[in-house]
Amino acid sequence: MNAVPLVTNETETLFDSDEMVLSMGPQHPSTHGVLRVVLKLDGERVIDLDCDIGYLHRGAEKIFENRLYPMIAPYFDRLDYIAAVSNGLLYVGTIERAMKIEIPPRAQYLRVILTELNRLASHLLWLATHALDIGGFTVFLWAFREREEILKIFECFFGARLTCHAFRIGGMSYDAYDGFEAQVRAFCDTFPARLEEYETMLNENRIWLGRTVGVGVITAADAISLGLSGAPLRGSGVDYDVRKTDPYECYADLDFDIPLGENGDTFDRYLIRMEEMRQSRRLVMQALDKLPGGPIMAKVPKVIKVPPGELYHSIEAPKGELGLYLVSDGGTKPYRLRVRPPSFINLGALRKMAVGSLVSDVVAVIGSLDIVLGEIDR
Amino acid sequence: MPLELLVEWTIKLLIGFVILMTTVAYLSLFERRMLGFMQMRQGPNRVGPFGLLQPVADGLKFIFKEDITPLAADKFLYVMAPALSLVPALMTFVLIPIGGEMKIPFIDRPIALHVTSVNVGVLAILAMTGMGVYGIVMAGYASNNKYSLMGGLRSSAQLVSYELAMSMSIVGVLLQAGSLDLVKIVANQGGWGGMQWHVFWFQPLGFIIFLISMVAETNRAPFDLPEAESELVAGFHTEYSSMKFAMFFIAEYANMVTASAMATVLFLGGWQGPGVAQLPLLGPFYFVAKMLFFLFLYIWLRASLPRLRYDQLMDFGWKFLLPLALINIVISATVAVVLL
Repeated sequence: MNAVPLVTNETETLFDSDEMVLSMGPQHPSTHGVLRVVLKLDGERVIDLDCDIGYLHRGAEKIFENRLYPMIAPYFDRLDYIAAVSNGLLYVGTIERAMKIEIPPRAQYLRVILTELNRLASHLLWLATHALDIGGFTVFLWAFREREEILKIFECFFGARLTCHAFRIGGMSYDAYDGFEAQVRAFCDTFPARLEEYETMLNENRIWLGRTVGVGVITAADAISLGLSGAPLRGSGVDYDVRKTDPYECYADLDFDIPLGENGDTFDRYLIRMEEMRQSRRLVMQALDKLPGGPIMAKVPKVIKVPPGELYHSIEAPKGELGLYLVSDGGTKPYRLRVRPPSFINLGALRKMAVGSLVSDVVAVIGSLDIVLGEIDR
Repeated sequence: MPLELLVEWTIKLLIGFVILMTTVAYLSLFERRMLGFMQMRQGPNRVGPFGLLQPVADGLKFIFKEDITPLAADKFLYVMAPALSLVPALMTFVLIPIGGEMKIPFIDRPIALHVTSVNVGVLAILAMTGMGVYGIVMAGYASNNKYSLMGGLRSSAQLVSYELAMSMSIVGVLLQAGSLDLVKIVANQGGWGGMQWHVFWFQPLGFIIFLISMVAETNRAPFDLPEAESELVAGFHTEYSSMKFAMFFIAEYANMVTASAMATVLFLGGWQGPGVAQLPLLGPFYFVAKMLFFLFLYIWLRASLPRLRYDQLMDFGWKFLLPLALINIVISATVAVVLL
């Protein structure tokens, strides 16, 4: 059931009633891709809203069922294309768990470094677009400057900037290039000063506070019942991070904090992601210090067959808990692969957060949810 | 009316128009280059040396673009709106004195460096800038687009919230100068060797209020709600293309220039400055320098601040700026009675 009719009645003119149905998207500048939000407005106040998704549907989950296990991995890079490394980690991690493959420590550490760098890149893109949605044009371009540094590292490592892919079932397909460590360290050295620059622009800016504090509030109980994860959940004060609750790779050996919010508003989510960037940098530095030598691939059978059964594995992606539910019939192809997309589930909170606020707040809230339509539609 | 005066006015009008249009064109380049500088990027630097021919390229591009009129648009209003927005924006400039009276070779009487001067100059300018918003509201209505409509509504709401505070902030200056004539207001700031500007001389509060309301009045960041890109796509000019869009664009920038000129005249002493009494030629340079300061401020604000929300903007106008402006009037009146 739709709260708002998705097809607007074109014969009705704007002035017949006080209510106006506004179709925001799929080509709207700040719906982060191809999200369509249908708003029912009274003046500028949102009475009701509904999200229309599916414009980017590629049938990924069906494609998975018809591919051999190693062939599936690149498709994952195209789900959340902002955080391709995390998606790749989820897929290989799930298959490794199902096949009970123990991967060498060097591969684990390299994976963590790259995933955390990817989290930084993803959060920087979030910061950039979130600031732009609220009108902070300069922060947008500044954040892209740092993201560019990370993408340069990715380009050297993966050969790609966006759909990065180097994780194989059982480890890594290749080792770090010469100068990788120096390049990452150089980035980590300059990054805190850059973060402070953004915070100077935003943290105490009266307009920024006015636009974010108390906007898009969600209580902890609501956040849990809606199944939120990532910053929208932690913004409401719920301490849940898959990296802590169910550590994968080498996260258990590393020391990092989970920032928590109190009010569950847009500003808290902003603060949390800013702090997460600091923690990610800390993780990268620690992993670099501890980076062991040795092989990067475990012994893996030539033909990958997953034993029959079911498995759910999830990781903490930049957007939230990214999960994968695998059903195997013992063959060379999965019987079913179902992705738990954090963006999709977080988007479900939009109605709760934005109804009763103004059009400008809807834009701010969408920005603070940090959604990627490639992952929502799959 | 003597023919000589008519010729003089015509020539001044033409010169004023050319200067204004050139300023507008290069203001857009200046803005993009400054923004580029602040945002760690280049800005347009390919067309001509330092991108100096970019405005020409932009203008040509506007002319060659397809001119689209939506089928469901109210055609008459749709065509009228850009004109209604542009014409008042250009008209206001005739009243701005950019310099004192000057001797020019072959003419035996002094020539004043403003096109015309009326004894209700300030009111005339306020009236004309107020008219510009009709263009925006009409564009919002005539486009038959919901985003445009919301942009138009926001613009009118913004105008009523800020026009009042802006007019009130000027009252202090008027009390002090004892005239609505811009030429006399400038003349009033000539003391202290050309440094007795109203901003130093009892109107600092009025200056700040005027500064904020002038940014809101010209629909510029952080008050650019009528065209808030991330919310209303392009606001009132969503449906406009080609020269019609260019006209809105020119109007916006011309309004910026006029507002900066107004701020200069009312608070920063217009063309007054040290040494102008001895060398009147300095006047226009002082004027342009002060105006550039305000234009830079516009760009600086745009680079620094996020956008206000609709209701916050109204709150700020009605609950903060307007009372402050009223207090300023009381202070100014007291000062005018006691000290002047």
